Amino acid sequence: MSGSGASPLAILRRLPAWESVLIVLLAAVVILNSQLSPYFLDVSNLFDSTLNFDEKAMIALPLALVIITGQIDVSVASIVSVCAVAMGLASNAGADGTLVVAVGLATGLVAGLINGLLVVGLGVHSIVVTIGTLSLYRGITEAIVQDGAFTKFPKPMLALGRAYLFNVVPFETLCWLVIAAIFAVVLHLTIAGRRIFAIGNNAQAARYSGIAVDRYKVALFALTGLLCGLAAAFLVCRLGSVRQSIAEGSELQVVTIVVLGGVSIAGGTGTIAGVVLSTLLIGALTYGLNLVNIPGLVVDLCLGILLIASISVPRAIRLIALWRRIGQPT
Amino acid sequence: MPRREPALAILLVLLLVVIGLRAPAYVTAGNLVNVLIDSSVLCILVVGQLFALLIRGIDLSTAANLAFVGMFLALLSQAHPELPAIAYLLLAALAGLFLGAINAVFIAIVGVPAIICTLGTMVIYRGMIFLLSDGAWVSSHEMSQPFQTFPLESWLGVPNIVLVAVLVALSAWLFLRFTSTGRAFYAVGSSPLAATFAGISIRRTTLLGFILSGLCSGIAGYLWTARYAIAFTQAGQGLEFAVIAACFIGGVAVSGGRGSIAGVLVGALFISVVQTALPFVRVSPFVQTAISGTIILIAVAVNSRAERPRGRQILEVEERRPAPALMPIEEPSK
Repeated sequence: MSGSGASPLAILRRLPAWESVLIVLLAAVVILNSQLSPYFLDVSNLFDSTLNFDEKAMIALPLALVIITGQIDVSVASIVSVCAVAMGLASNAGADGTLVVAVGLATGLVAGLINGLLVVGLGVHSIVVTIGTLSLYRGITEAIVQDGAFTKFPKPMLALGRAYLFNVVPFETLCWLVIAAIFAVVLHLTIAGRRIFAIGNNAQAARYSGIAVDRYKVALFALTGLLCGLAAAFLVCRLGSVRQSIAEGSELQVVTIVVLGGVSIAGGTGTIAGVVLSTLLIGALTYGLNLVNIPGLVVDLCLGILLIASISVPRAIRLIALWRRIGQPT
Repeated sequence: MPRREPALAILLVLLLVVIGLRAPAYVTAGNLVNVLIDSSVLCILVVGQLFALLIRGIDLSTAANLAFVGMFLALLSQAHPELPAIAYLLLAALAGLFLGAINAVFIAIVGVPAIICTLGTMVIYRGMIFLLSDGAWVSSHEMSQPFQTFPLESWLGVPNIVLVAVLVALSAWLFLRFTSTGRAFYAVGSSPLAATFAGISIRRTTLLGFILSGLCSGIAGYLWTARYAIAFTQAGQGLEFAVIAACFIGGVAVSGGRGSIAGVLVGALFISVVQTALPFVRVSPFVQTAISGTIILIAVAVNSRAERPRGRQILEVEERRPAPALMPIEEPSK
């Protein structure tokens, strides 16, 4: 969308339809929230609110690629927990900040690689494999942490969790934006990106035309694991403690971000712009609902409704249009 | 290929023998009855999940459905302690059926992929429990007497909770085996296109599948809540994965059309035995999740081996598996 000197309307027209819907929804949520609470449109508040979803937003980017290839990874939250535990163990063993983060990243990479190799090696759909590793990775976390907690982390790490650029933009948010830009370039402007779409549209045809489908799948699962490791690192820096329930249940929010971003769960379509917009939408919604004291479980309920509505509303509209044309239900 | 269920049953007996060698107290008649009682809820849930999996769906909202129905009934028993136990059971079935119907409408009529829809309703139902109860717990002294005592009262020496599980499993078996509507589940799961040509409505079968899954969750919801005499927002959290694990162990294919009541029941018993035996063989309950994860992966690996065609092939003739549960349900175009 490099509309040089174009009017906002022209930019909106150039965007794919779903992204325009997201922009309108985002605007609506921001306006509504600023009416509901006078604290919503505070710049430092707004930036701070991004901290609530930065980790999930980071995982949503590689997961979008995985879903575009027609696969899914529901074990992401469990990978985050295993990475956090590995970091806790490393820190207890006396490693310094850099090494602790490196251990977290490596653990994520290995966990993701295991997912990818199992999916490709067994030839089973990834939903089954990652439901298994979801329990396995969370189980490893529970077995190691038990009812205790890791709370001893190097000071520089904890400082990183509270680092701001110009005192307003959290370092983490900046990181997410940079990674999102890299993902957008790779997915939409490179050969590798075209191949990811090709795999999602028809894995068999992609293979016949010489794309190493299995290698791409393994690489994408490993990449998802790696970014789970990064997310875990930021989470640990920010929280400063690791318990066995860390990041539990956030796989749902990550999948919601991706699907709401217009990435088709059946594979083959999706944009990084959509994922970024849906992240901001969900972030603004959650933040706004929190400001007016709506409890977390009810916020989750709203996200669940949003998830189902984002798929069913367009389909329902099409269905109704079809009924009108035929004159009776199909 | 040898039939899976007998092999699995033998494996279960072997497991019991091994546990018995280390902890004789586990394999006494009294304790085994307790294991059976504990596994009843899981057995009812896997029967429900089987209906969803057979038609290439998946129902992740079962545990949330169970918790919602449990909370609803617990509050009801608080308000109307005079109701007989059978009324609770019927109301539980109805409430579960209603929640299942919500899934069914979105999946079969609107065309939301099953995994997305049930992932959504999973949190929606949990949120609804919170709204219903204000986050409060309902504990044993607030529930009426008949509400609590029903599951463990026995009829002809069999505890009611086991009796209900047997009835649910038996009727599901009769339904799937001897009625044409039941057979349609296998047809739709094996080949939706062929099923359509045979005059089977994919949409109707899918609707029915998710409604039945909800019905089973509802019944399980009452029994769970009454058995443990507690209702709270997080009740049964994580149970959905045990249910799906039991189905995979029992030989259900995620690609649909394959799976039997006997298989999923043995799968459920297998999981129950592993979970209840851990304290007996002095293994920390903290490793329980890791063990069930490992079991799922082993079961998946064994399944994939059994389903793979013999001989070597350089390029597959067709995609090895359709994307299960990820695709919206569509009537194939004629």
